[in-house]
Parts: sequence; C-alpha cells; structure tokens
Amino acid sequence: MGKRIGLEVSLSAAEAVKMANVDCIAAYPITPQTHIVEHLSELVNDGDLDAEFIPVESEHSAMSVSAGVSAVGARAFTCTSSQGLALMNEIVHIVASMRLPIVMILANRSMSGPISIWNDHTDVMSIRDCGWIQVFANNGQEVFDNVLFAYRVAESQKVMLPLIINIDGFILTHVIEPVEFWEKKQVEQYLPDFKPIHTLHPDRPVTMGGVGMPYVFSEAKVAQDEPLIQSKAEIITAWKELGDIVGRYYKPIETYRTEDAETLFVTQGSFGETVSLVVDALRDKGESVGLVMDRLWRPFPFDEFREATSQAKNLIVIDRAISYGGQGGPLAIDIRSALYKGENQPNITNFICGLAGRDVTINDFKNIYHKAMEKIKENPREEDFEYYGVRGK
Amino acid sequence: MSKTRQDLTWQELEIGATIITPGNSDEYKSGDWRSIRPVVDKKKCIKCGTCYIFCPDAAIYETEDGFFEADMFYCKGCGICAQECPTQAIEMVEEEE
Amino acid sequence: MEIVEPTNVYAYKLITKKDYFAPGHRACQGCAEALAVRLVAKALGRNVIVASATGCMEIISSPWPFTSWRVPWIHVAFENAAAVASGAEAGMKVLMRKGKVPKKKITFLAMAGDGGTSDIGVQALSGALERGHDFIYICYDNEAYMNTGIQRSSSTPYGASTTTSPAGKVIPGQMTWKKNMPEIAAAHSIPYVATACPSYPIDLVEKVKKAAKIKGPAYIHILSVCPTGWRLPPALSIKAGRLAVETGVFPLYEVEYGRYRFTGKIEKLRPVEEYLKIQGRFRHLSEEMIDTIQKRVVEEYEKLEKKVEMTEGD
Repeated sequence: MGKRIGLEVSLSAAEAVKMANVDCIAAYPITPQTHIVEHLSELVNDGDLDAEFIPVESEHSAMSVSAGVSAVGARAFTCTSSQGLALMNEIVHIVASMRLPIVMILANRSMSGPISIWNDHTDVMSIRDCGWIQVFANNGQEVFDNVLFAYRVAESQKVMLPLIINIDGFILTHVIEPVEFWEKKQVEQYLPDFKPIHTLHPDRPVTMGGVGMPYVFSEAKVAQDEPLIQSKAEIITAWKELGDIVGRYYKPIETYRTEDAETLFVTQGSFGETVSLVVDALRDKGESVGLVMDRLWRPFPFDEFREATSQAKNLIVIDRAISYGGQGGPLAIDIRSALYKGENQPNITNFICGLAGRDVTINDFKNIYHKAMEKIKENPREEDFEYYGVRGK
Repeated sequence: MSKTRQDLTWQELEIGATIITPGNSDEYKSGDWRSIRPVVDKKKCIKCGTCYIFCPDAAIYETEDGFFEADMFYCKGCGICAQECPTQAIEMVEEEE
Repeated sequence: MEIVEPTNVYAYKLITKKDYFAPGHRACQGCAEALAVRLVAKALGRNVIVASATGCMEIISSPWPFTSWRVPWIHVAFENAAAVASGAEAGMKVLMRKGKVPKKKITFLAMAGDGGTSDIGVQALSGALERGHDFIYICYDNEAYMNTGIQRSSSTPYGASTTTSPAGKVIPGQMTWKKNMPEIAAAHSIPYVATACPSYPIDLVEKVKKAAKIKGPAYIHILSVCPTGWRLPPALSIKAGRLAVETGVFPLYEVEYGRYRFTGKIEKLRPVEEYLKIQGRFRHLSEEMIDTIQKRVVEEYEKLEKKVEMTEGD
C-alpha cells in the first residue's frame, strides 16, 4: 500500500501525472487549473520529473504542442478550464480524428459570459461531441487513480484516443483530501510504455493530417467513432484491473442504494457525494430513493445506464450546464435519448443548478426532490426543466 | 494502406487516415494538365542543369548522356525551363490534338 | 533575358539530385512556392520532421490518399505550425534523453504561408521563438491567402489588388505596407534569420542548411512568386523573383546572432516599375502610387544598409 496523505487535489493530480512518467507537459495558466501545472513545473525544475515543461503562449498552442508531442510517440499531458478549452476547441476535435492519445485534466469551470472562474459543467459540455473519451472524477482519490487509468486506456492499441478527466474546479481542485499514492511497482504493473502505431520519424516517413477528400471523409469519421464506441470494453477492463491492484473499483455507472428505489437522482461529478448523503436522509424519512452517478460520459454507457435505471419510476437528473434554447441540461437530454429504446420509460425531471459555483446544499437537494415529486404528480410526462434556485423564476 | 484506392471501406483505412506510402503522389499524372510541352535542341544545350533546378514539379531528369529532359508524365507545361535556359535551347510547342 | 556566365550556371549541379518532395503534386503550373519547397527538401534531406500549416503547399501535397512527402510530415491546423513543431521537437528530445529512441540528429521544420505566419500564425511563431526550440520556421510568402482564392494578408504589398483588397474606384488595392516578418523574427533575438527566393537556388539551399546546423530557432522568409495570384504567365515566375531582389523590393539578407549581412548585394537597384509592370495585380497603379512604392523601397533598403553597418555584419 502506498503512502496516504492529505493533499490538495490539484497537487495529487500533478503527482499522479508524475507517476505516469509523462514526457511533455504543455499548459497555459487559467484559474482553477493553475495549481496542477504549477506543481508539475516544480517537479520538473527540481529534477523530480524527467519531462519537458513547455509554457505555451495560449491554450490553442497547448493542445497543438501536445499534438506534436504525441505524434512523435511521446506521452503528452495538458490541463485547462472553460475559456482555455474553448480556445483550443478546433485542435481538440482534430487530435481525436488523428488518434493521438493525449490526456487532459479539465478543471471544470463555467463558460463566459459573464466571465466566471467558478465551477460548473458548461465547459465540458461544449466538447460533448468532439470524439474524446470523457470521464468524471468525484474526489481526490478518483482523480489520482484516473490519471493512470487515462494513459492506460488512451494508449491501448485498440483505442488510441485522447481522454479527458473532468474534475470540478475549486470544489475539487482547491480542497485537501486524503489520497493514497500508488507504489512505483504498481504503476509499472498497470501502465505499460506508450507504443504508438505510427509516429513521425525519418526511418518510417508517414503523412499525418492529409486532406479529407469527400470520397473518404465519411469512412474516416466512422473509423473514428467506432473505436470510441468499442473503447467501453477496454475502459471497463482497465478499471477492473485498477481495482485488482489498488482495491478501488470504478464502473461507468455507479449506483448507491438503487436496489428498491422508485426514484433515482442522476448526477455527474462531485454532486454525487453530496446527493448520496441526501439519499440517506430521505430514506431515513421513508422515501424510496437512490442515486445513479455517471462516471463515463463518452462513450455513453447505454447498457449500464438502462440496467441501473431499469426498476425506477422516476429520474431526477441534475445538470450543471445548460443547452440554451434546448430541452434542459445536456445530461438530461442525453438520458432521455438513452432511454428511448429502453423497456422502462421512467418520468424524467431535470434541474439545472450550481452554475458558476453556486452552492447546492443537502437542503437544496431535498427541495429538489420534493419539487420533482410535485411535478410528477401533476404531469407524469413532464418534459420541461427547471433552473433551481434562480431568483425571479 | 498499401494501395492507392479511393474506395476503401472504413475498416481498411489506416489509423487516423495516415498515409504510409511516402511520395506516392508520383502515381498521379500531372502531365494531363499540359497544353504546351518543352522541346530541347540538343545542339544548343550545354547540360548546365538550370532547367532541372527550376522545375517546380521535379519533372526534369538527367539522361544517361548528361542532357536534361522533361518527363511527360509529370510536366505541366509551365514554360519556366524554356524561359530560364541560358542558351535558349528549349522551346515550348503546342500539344497536338 | 539576361546572359548568364556558363560557370555560374553549372554551379546548380552542386545541389543534390535527390528529391524529397515528389512530383505529381497539385500545385499550379509555374508555382515558385512549390519550387521553394522542393529546394528546401533537397537542402534538408531525409532526417527531418515537417509540421505544416494549412495552405497551398499543404493542400497540393496531401490530397488523401496521395502524399508528395518522402519525409515524415504532419498537418494539424492553420495557425499552429510553430506549436506542432515545438511539440515534436520537445517530445523527441525527451524520448532521446530517456533512451526510448536512438540519438540522432533530426531537423524540425515548421512551414506555413504568409497568412499562416504573419496573420493567424504570429502568436504560435512568437511563442516558439521565445521558448527557443531547436527548429527552423520557414514562411513561404506568396503575399496573399492564395489557397482560398487570393485574399489579402498582412504580407500583401502596398498597391496590390487581391480579392479582399481589390483595385476599386475609391480604394485602389491594398493600402498598408507589407508587414516585415523577418524583422519581427529578428526582434526575438534568435540565432538566425534570413530571406531567400527560389530564383536564387544556391543561396536558398545554403541558408536552409545553415539554419539546420544552428542550435536554436531559425527563421527563413522565402518570397514565393504565385503566377496565378500575381497574374503573370507561369513561365515568368523565376524572372519575377529575380526582379523582386534586383529592385530592392525583396532584399536577400541574413541576420546571424544579431549581425546583419546582405547575401548578394545589388549595387544599383533597378527601378521598381520593372518588377511591378509584369504583374497583373499591379496593373492599375497610378504614377503616384508607383512613386510611393519606389521611395519606400529605397528607404527600407537604406535602413537595412544602416543595420548592416551598425551591427558590423559584413
């Protein structure tokens, strides 16, 4: 068992990146990601991590530099938040199409405007369709473990896709949590060296990024989507093996007290831990309620989600993001779509809350529960969504 | 992929649509673009290689006896060689038909 | 056409016969930019990794499933050639340091057009130069966004007619002076900056080879005549480049560790009109505009001469 210490989550993320033996870190500072890259540059400059720290002049270059790093067969890491992610948007799409297994930690922060440094999921939702593997980490330990998982999956021969780890900005990045580090031999057992399929090297000249003529473009896109869809198998295997080594098991869909629950909360990110306390409190009062936490966002784990919700009559989907002019939050929209072909068609209510770091307390979630129950009584096929706790609404 | 085909299935594509056959553009007949062609007067040619060095398409090659000729498979008929030849040994003539 | 000494002319045989930029590419007839790429490829040989921006040279050389590149080449996006090259250079450095890849001299080349350099690519270029990566950045300057249909860039010269700075009744073409990218590069205090033109192939090849040997960033700005966009017959591409140099519009010089030196100084500059009048994009110029150009060209040339003197480059 590795050492277990109380450490700011950002720092433990950096330590995990160090344990993963990355070759290059290219990053641009943006709140609330800063502590992660600051610590990494300390590790490099102190000689504790043999890597190049490339202080790029913008996030667009952070992802572009990472593309160059990955294309020559080196292990690349980058890290950003909202506006930085938006700035690198075109390259985010491109590296997925080029099958470059870059790992990025996204310290979730609200998309401007108005400008906000605080946490919500509007940033990750803006790249929902970009082709990366996307997971959520819910606490400090999960962040640490998932960095090693990320390289293991991203670089696996059948996958070869970039991967993003979402961690709630400030709520996770800036809090101190107990984290158990891995031992070096555990990392060696779990994470092999990066063996790319093609690299840029004069001995084997290849051309990467040629023009996608109309007669090949559609095939190229399917050739990109299929591995993403199929990667779920490798993801599940990698999480299982992680558990076998360190004793912590992760799954695409985590459930809490769902066995006989009529109503299920659905959350992503750090909300999950808060809501689990709410579930306990409500159950103490006799409510039939449970919690489903979505850990794997893309590829979306349809089977696992349908199974977890197969007995539920009602879902309360908690979104920390908006789809303007759409039908609520992106998570709810995806879930309605995911259940379309399911046997079970629960009532789905959707609450958007916690935008730009607004606190959502246990009491708030209890209110949300009761509001959801009211809505369902009035209109069982309620499709609207509610902005929770907004003055004037 | 090893063959230059435009009808591969998605499974047959190289990962990331990478092209692993370097320089295979040399299968493409850019000579089809041409409407005039260079003709060398060997009596005037001094074998200096000026035409060779200025051809944007690397279409001019050195023959066994040291003269320089344009490969009609690639030559686009731009006329740079004729223009630059120091002894004016090259003339651009209309392609027949 | 000028008479060239036979001895000078045979000097072209010093350049390698190998071609690393294959024929069958889709460049226009008479494209001097493609010629420049071909010459650079000859200068750098096999051991190079190229990161290209979006642009003419990228499109014509990589229409899937074809590639003209006989060396490793990557294209990611429009404004990030310098950033991708930075990443490749840094990544390879670490791999070699960690023993994962055998140590070997590999040249890293970032290439982009004038749009991808002086406009959208300026940021990435500046960052890469400041960070001091060991790479060469080559700007192939055909003085407009040619690939997308001859729109103006900040490298379009004063007076030129392009599709977004057309010679109109009220505004006669591009009204600002060409952005001086070599000077911007030199202001980063990098070890080597040079201008070159494929009309002078030996000079170009020598400069590229020098840049490859230098440790740290090198910047080379290559004037690439575009017969399509500049509106002249394809056969005159080389002549136009020569005139650009001989009139002082595009002086050939290098800056080595801050010391300026002309490479092939023109003792008596030809009048700029000789260069302008063979190009359709300048057909509309008034006497006054030509005069403005002439005066400014001489002014810039004299500034350069002063820099040579001041830095004792000669």
